[in-house]
Amino acid sequence: MKFDVVILGAGPAGLAAARAAVRAAHRTGAPVAIIDENPAAGGQIWRGNAQIEIPPSVRFFAPTRVFDIRPGFSLETDSHGTIETSKLILATGARELFLPFPGWTAPGVFGAGGLQALVKSGLSVKGKRVMVAGSGPLLMAVGATLRKEGARVVGIAEQAQLGRILPFLKRYPAKLPQAIALRARLIGVPYWTGTWPVRFEGDVVTLSSGRKVAVDYLACGFGLVPNTEAAQLLGCRLDDGFVAVDSKQETTVAGVYCAGEPTGIGGLDKALEEGERAGAAATGQPLNRRRSQAGAFVRDLAWAFHLDPRLFDLAESGTLLCRCEDVAHSELAHFREWREAKLQTRCGMGACQGRICGPIANHLFGWKPASVRPPLMPVTLETFCRDYSGRNAEER
Amino acid sequence: MTHSPDVIIVGAGIVGAACAYELAQAGARVEVIDSGIPGGGATAAGMGHLVVLDDNEAELALTKLSVELWHKLAKELPRAAEFWPCGTLWIAADDVELAGANTKLEVYQRHGLKAELLDERQLYEAEPNLRPGLAGGLVAGQDAVVYAPVATRFLLEQAKAKVTRAVVKDLDELKAGAVVCATGALTRELVPGLAVRPRKGHLAITDRYPGFARHQLVELGYLQSAHGEGSESVAFNVQPRPTGQLLIGSSRQYDVETASIDHEILRRMLERAFAYMPGLRECRVVRTWTGLRASTPDKLPVIGRLRGNVYLATGHEGLGVTTSLGTARILAAAVLGWPSPIPAEPYRVERFDD
Amino acid sequence: MIKLQCDGREIVVPEGTSVAAALLGAGVSQFRSSVTGAPRGPLCGMGVCMECRVTIDGKGHRLACQTRCEAGMEVTTT
Repeated sequence: MKFDVVILGAGPAGLAAARAAVRAAHRTGAPVAIIDENPAAGGQIWRGNAQIEIPPSVRFFAPTRVFDIRPGFSLETDSHGTIETSKLILATGARELFLPFPGWTAPGVFGAGGLQALVKSGLSVKGKRVMVAGSGPLLMAVGATLRKEGARVVGIAEQAQLGRILPFLKRYPAKLPQAIALRARLIGVPYWTGTWPVRFEGDVVTLSSGRKVAVDYLACGFGLVPNTEAAQLLGCRLDDGFVAVDSKQETTVAGVYCAGEPTGIGGLDKALEEGERAGAAATGQPLNRRRSQAGAFVRDLAWAFHLDPRLFDLAESGTLLCRCEDVAHSELAHFREWREAKLQTRCGMGACQGRICGPIANHLFGWKPASVRPPLMPVTLETFCRDYSGRNAEER
Repeated sequence: MTHSPDVIIVGAGIVGAACAYELAQAGARVEVIDSGIPGGGATAAGMGHLVVLDDNEAELALTKLSVELWHKLAKELPRAAEFWPCGTLWIAADDVELAGANTKLEVYQRHGLKAELLDERQLYEAEPNLRPGLAGGLVAGQDAVVYAPVATRFLLEQAKAKVTRAVVKDLDELKAGAVVCATGALTRELVPGLAVRPRKGHLAITDRYPGFARHQLVELGYLQSAHGEGSESVAFNVQPRPTGQLLIGSSRQYDVETASIDHEILRRMLERAFAYMPGLRECRVVRTWTGLRASTPDKLPVIGRLRGNVYLATGHEGLGVTTSLGTARILAAAVLGWPSPIPAEPYRVERFDD
Repeated sequence: MIKLQCDGREIVVPEGTSVAAALLGAGVSQFRSSVTGAPRGPLCGMGVCMECRVTIDGKGHRLACQTRCEAGMEVTTT
């Protein structure tokens, strides 16, 4: 199957790119496709949102996992064979950053966005005592969702300092109404700043303040990590862990564009703006020359929710860093680099392919991750070694 | 004033590490230099299959000695080295190969090695996930598997070797009693004209499927691939890791030095694996990678003096992990002027001039 | 409503529910065992962490959080 433009990721950025792409005047047939590994469009922030509209002329493949991308570009998928295109827009979003603390691997501990995703996929939290913890504006949104679904949100522990959050809100007054509205929906729910979990044991969360709270679920995430694996596989340059793009959202690999969180954690507005630009640029439409504020917002957001270094010292010697291979902090701390630690302990060699433990090692030890090779995510060997020699096996 | 070490070894892969260990046992002060992570090159890429191969006398002697040494070392290896004496099951696809298995059995028995022939029924009892229609097999009971990067680190630590991260441009710059070049596929950079050529291999590893395979499984046709001169070949070679993951090889390509995955040859390798174990199709692959073996024209390594105080321990093709320990004994004997544990003639570098 | 089985127990959920949500809702907190035998359940909710893996209709290593419940599904935790 060939398309003029393929968009990887049907979250806000990808959907904005799709809408922009189909506006291109000289189109015939169904030249735009959008791929997502979730069963439905919306990404994380719009997960389960029944009102998501994919433009009718856009071909939507979901759930479809892309496990390899070859130059030119051919996207190898697990359910729709090879999808070819000359313009690829990466709108792969972000995942949560987890940081280890004693008890973080026990059932009952979820990501903050993780629990929200589960709720949006049908999990009932009615009557459940939930603490939301970690870092970022996401925590308030998660708290509000949980409360709306009937959970007893026992508190929100934000590690960032009020002394940074308030100036940030002052700087972005447009965000203020949203913040106030969220806070209003959380009346009665304590919002502790400069506070984080230090232990989860026997369904009790111990906070850095010394407070102990009994919970059914702990929803804990420390911010977002960009999903740059597809970009890395293609050889796109990363700056400081984010995909480098020019004013047209084009990466250092010609024909590959990137929009949204992978270019910088900046939330919904940035994703919509960049998605629109990428979709327009990939289809040769003129771009608005207005200078985007996104860069400043990304920096200020990172400043406001800067991670307290004490978060990197929560692990005890037996606390696991790599969940796939059960590798503990004490086994890793004395290595000097990621690859050496990997080879000696198998940390990062498990099914998550280093997506959870890699960012942990980066924060705790400063290790930089290794190169990305196919498969981008585990697929069956049968799928993986499909014959790519020009022929296309569409299985549905 | 610092004294130069007794021995400098260039290359901290398993062969270099084994040489360091052996020389240190004899009392030498050893420094090991590598441009990368110790055990991070071909050592990390390979399967860690400890196998006695009988294609010729010299290979048999070296692999037999080495596997015996591995069994002795096993007691000291850390748990993370995952030494597992699971044996190799050589698979005979038809009666012709079964006859070959019989010959192999005789060779093993003549050399006092544990071996057992399996008929069709016994083959499927041993490995139920093999495809139907195979003729039988041979279990080489002394064979084992080991996780080489950890073993490498262990050997270096035991040798109390000083490990330096540096690029060596010229062996003659190194000041020591003896200099050993154990740089594998990259040896030509330091010893121009040496008949050591890179031979690229691909591997894939799956998620955990405990019990899916119980031995290292190799087709009897493997040697045709390993010893053949064709530019590209694949062979069925599957190893169950103690974790339950399935490590799948093997492929060979001459004259390709890029580390990137060659999808076409990887596919051929995996298709060959499916031909022997159809159930692999449903197993999820987690990682694929490549490595460069160091290949010589006669498929035997180069061990011994090159010139002056410079020695070679390289060219091990797919047997680097296996024969690292035997190589180290031969190499140490050459450096120290001791008698070699097995005849060292077949491995001399001069043989290429003959 | 959809009926499925988990470790022999029947679970009933609305259409569109993920297997992970269904299992958690039914009080199943351990989806799998780690390599050293520790109990594990969903973490990231988005198909990245691999902790929610269960066997569905005989096929192992399926991501519960990325799979929608279907009638008659047989889920086994490990």
